[in-house]
Amino acid sequence: MRHTTPKATRHVNQNEGLIFEKSSAGKAAWKLPPLDVPEIDVSKQLGSSQRKDLGNMPEVSEIEIIRHFTRLSTWNYAIDLGMYPLGSCTMKYNPRVNEAVARVEGIANAHPYQPEKISQGALRIIKTLSECLIEITGMDAITLQPAAGAHGEMTGLLMVRAYHQSKGNARKKILIPDSAHGTNPATAAMVNYAVENLKSDSRGMVDIVSLEAQMNEDVAALMLTNPNTLGVFEQDIHKIADILHANGGLLYMDGANMNALVGKVRPGDFGVDVMHLNLHKTFSTPHGGGGPGSGPVAIKKSLEPFLPAPVLVTKSDGTLGFEYNRPQSVGRVRAFFGNFGMFVRALAYIQANGPDGLRQTTEDAVLNANYIRKGVEGTFDLPYATPSMHEVVFSDKLQAKKSVRTMDIAKRLIDYGFHPYTTAFPLIVPGALMIEPTESESKEELDLFVEAMKSIAAEVEEDPQTVLDAPHSTRISRLDETAAARKPVLRWKPAV
Amino acid sequence: MAYPTDRKYTKEHEWIQVNGNSASVGITDYAQQSLGDIVFVETPKVGAEITAGKTFGTVESVKAVSDLFAPASGTVTEVNGELATAPEKVNSDPHGAWMIRITLNNPGEIDGLLSAADYEKFVAEEAGH
Amino acid sequence: MRYLPKSPADREAMLKAIGLRSVDELFAPIPAEYRLARDLKIPRQMAESEIVDFFRQRARENGEDYTSFLGAGAYFHYRPVIIDSLISRGEFLTAYTPYQAEISQGTLQSIFEFQTMMCELTGMEVANASMYDGSTAAAEAVMMAVRLTGRRSVVVARSLHPEYREVLATYATHQGMPLSIAGCGDDGRVNSKELEQLITAETACVLVQSPNFFGTIEDVAAIAEIAQKNGALLVVSIAEAVSLGIVEPPRQADIVAMEAQSFGVPLGFGGPYCGVIATREKYVRQMPGRLVGQTVDKQGKRGFVLTLATREQHIRRERATSNICTNQALIALMVNIFMTVYGKVGLKELAKQNLAKTAYAAGQFAKHGKVLFSGSPRFNEFVVQTSEDPRVINARLLGHKIVGGLPLKKFYPELGNAALWCCTEMTTRSMIDTAVGFVAESERSVRPAGEEPVEEEVAR
Repeated sequence: MRHTTPKATRHVNQNEGLIFEKSSAGKAAWKLPPLDVPEIDVSKQLGSSQRKDLGNMPEVSEIEIIRHFTRLSTWNYAIDLGMYPLGSCTMKYNPRVNEAVARVEGIANAHPYQPEKISQGALRIIKTLSECLIEITGMDAITLQPAAGAHGEMTGLLMVRAYHQSKGNARKKILIPDSAHGTNPATAAMVNYAVENLKSDSRGMVDIVSLEAQMNEDVAALMLTNPNTLGVFEQDIHKIADILHANGGLLYMDGANMNALVGKVRPGDFGVDVMHLNLHKTFSTPHGGGGPGSGPVAIKKSLEPFLPAPVLVTKSDGTLGFEYNRPQSVGRVRAFFGNFGMFVRALAYIQANGPDGLRQTTEDAVLNANYIRKGVEGTFDLPYATPSMHEVVFSDKLQAKKSVRTMDIAKRLIDYGFHPYTTAFPLIVPGALMIEPTESESKEELDLFVEAMKSIAAEVEEDPQTVLDAPHSTRISRLDETAAARKPVLRWKPAV
Repeated sequence: MAYPTDRKYTKEHEWIQVNGNSASVGITDYAQQSLGDIVFVETPKVGAEITAGKTFGTVESVKAVSDLFAPASGTVTEVNGELATAPEKVNSDPHGAWMIRITLNNPGEIDGLLSAADYEKFVAEEAGH
Repeated sequence: MRYLPKSPADREAMLKAIGLRSVDELFAPIPAEYRLARDLKIPRQMAESEIVDFFRQRARENGEDYTSFLGAGAYFHYRPVIIDSLISRGEFLTAYTPYQAEISQGTLQSIFEFQTMMCELTGMEVANASMYDGSTAAAEAVMMAVRLTGRRSVVVARSLHPEYREVLATYATHQGMPLSIAGCGDDGRVNSKELEQLITAETACVLVQSPNFFGTIEDVAAIAEIAQKNGALLVVSIAEAVSLGIVEPPRQADIVAMEAQSFGVPLGFGGPYCGVIATREKYVRQMPGRLVGQTVDKQGKRGFVLTLATREQHIRRERATSNICTNQALIALMVNIFMTVYGKVGLKELAKQNLAKTAYAAGQFAKHGKVLFSGSPRFNEFVVQTSEDPRVINARLLGHKIVGGLPLKKFYPELGNAALWCCTEMTTRSMIDTAVGFVAESERSVRPAGEEPVEEEVAR
């Protein structure tokens, strides 16, 4: 590798096999206390239901487990190591106090079925977070039950369906812009709505003329991401809402990009009827390598009867409790009350920020994206010149002339100490480079990123092969994904 | 690659080779090239009815799924089981790797499809865009 | 604001570089009439110490020093401390979904190990990288069976967790999937005659839980035979993962939908937990959720990638197997570490302790109240029927900082004054004896003299 940057690099020289390859009979990392009740005869208790063997489960000692996972961890990139500019994913700092308070005894060990009398602390957390999120979104009511963003979408559309059903006609389809996340059409299908594509105009916004033409009494809702996946605020949002409402339709907002709006503008104020939030994006709960998420759904008053059961209420004696008798509810979408541990973290984040901190956070996120846009513009093609909010989408059009595509540039970015941006999304931009720095980056880190992008662009001109073969600094090089998909090996098996 | 003249082609890049009342169906060299490494072919079961112009299955590469469109209507009589374990055959020998065999409902439908020469002209134009 | 790494001078310089005079210009695309001209009405910015105090206070209002006999889909097991030390490493905690394999091998390899162990434990051939939880995993497994069979109706055991049934009903409503419920026999297992009668040529699958909601272990082999001879698939839901250490896994099932919370995941008032779907290899392309596969890099070095992604929403969109996007990676990592710590021998010994505590408790309760379904094998839960309403007994227990078994009237009114009790390795003999004492006292006070319960439990 030719290029070096002042950034930290990862520990890539450890070798570490699979845990099964370290196992041998008789090693152990566990110890149970002595049994204080009589021993039992298992075969008498279980009869033919008794299990005799646990197959290839490992047997290893504690230090081996610590080293195993610590070594594995060094092969991961993380926000804690540096900028993670994945557009649409909002990889912001995950504050450690969130983790500390989620582990407080009494919060971590609370059983979901413990009596409400001794659950007032947990219920107060749910209530306080709910109130904060309602205020932030400008909506009227909320459910925290959905386990993730896509699960929230499903819950939201179930409520949309129930709402229309209560008016006598569930309607047939959902309009979805061509720039939308894949979860939107997948969700519509799960709720048995047909999907109708809505095309974007030359500014990358919803084409109002198309919307007017496609809107009719078969349309249950429009699922809109705002700012959309180009990082563009839908400036005609009031017209969009009016067109939907005039025909009895509802405006669903995918809140994946709510981090561009918090404290500056509220979806409830610009005509949104139902929306989901991603606590793991806007509200700093950790991504943890792919989850857990949490996808609260906020709604306007007219949809309140349809909230998933149970709903948190204040009882006549002033204590909090759940109301299960909700005859018009869409039903339950998850056992218990949702990903409570994520509520704790999100509330701690809101408290650490307060109204001024949340507003400054939004401003910094938008400032950072525009700073990168300014720095990289000209070096990379900008397909939509419309002003950017929290993220900016370039394309690989200029580099494609040298047969270098967005994924190659992304892989080369790894050698410069950055996580790649989002590639090949949104679908309306061929060869997209979707960059979202978030507010968590300092000016120094952003300058390094811009410098890296420019340096890679220069490499594409002078020595494209270096870019095509990237990454050069990782423990492993590009992996054969075709082989993985043709003959899937999805588990370890002992050598025969 | 030259397109074999013993068969007809669709604008969706399938080929169909007729033998009396029955026919074999696969995808063209142009199709396999634009799809990239094919990892899975999903075909209908034997006995299924397929309709001209409608989808009858999918081909998958690592990061894309594409529909297969029936060049003609008919009943599936045979499925190429080899592709289940060796989908790469579609890449290495697209015009040999048939996917399904069907009995034709209406052999006349074939006449409306493209000849090898017309198809070659068609893909040349498409690639030019 | 302490999370924001910029000085006022930095912001000035950046605005200048962009060519703007004020931050407000950045928000010009938002129509002025919608811009918020005031502060949000949320709590003021708090110091870290205040935040910690706030949550400690909430914990005190939350029964932090109570012991409990609650299970019912959420189990209190010991969590080895190394789980939190390892998952707190920023490289695991603050990484994204491992789409960029070269810099995500830590997450990918650990998921591959997770999938392997889940296969070993469930007796299935493939397992996914995790689902939201056990309830949604069960619903997704049923939809998977519908896709596999081309049939639409579903037969569900009434002994499936009631909230899992509710979730399934929600998912099924708009899929045109009629559900029918097979009742529970006197032995606490699904009524197999009724089950067989409910299966039709349109039945996609039978869904049972084992150990079921009452803790009773179902005869999975017999149910599988009934389902499969009628062309339906068998989906088995497992809510108590620790049972797999000693209870024969549902090898005859076609799909296993699991909740792995018991493996090192805190109760956390109901979530986040860790669902898993495991199945046979031939069904893998209809399985929802992320999957990690083994492959090699350009130098032939072993590595791992997300694979078979064409099933998923970001590629197939409205025709995806599910709309699921996230998995529960960090929770799956907790589960993975737990399984590694206990391993082949420890999981068995742990399960054995659960079994022993439960056998003792059930035996003691049976001396005073009625323990239902005692003819069938059970794992770590059992149902006690009392003369008095269990809520009344529980209220007395609560005064001694003990949370009694879950009253079942809400879910199973037909069982009368019944409660579901759970013992794990964390339950002590003295806790059991205290709780039994309260039940005994209640029975003495209510039951007419001379009537003694049948002591069949003691003999076992």
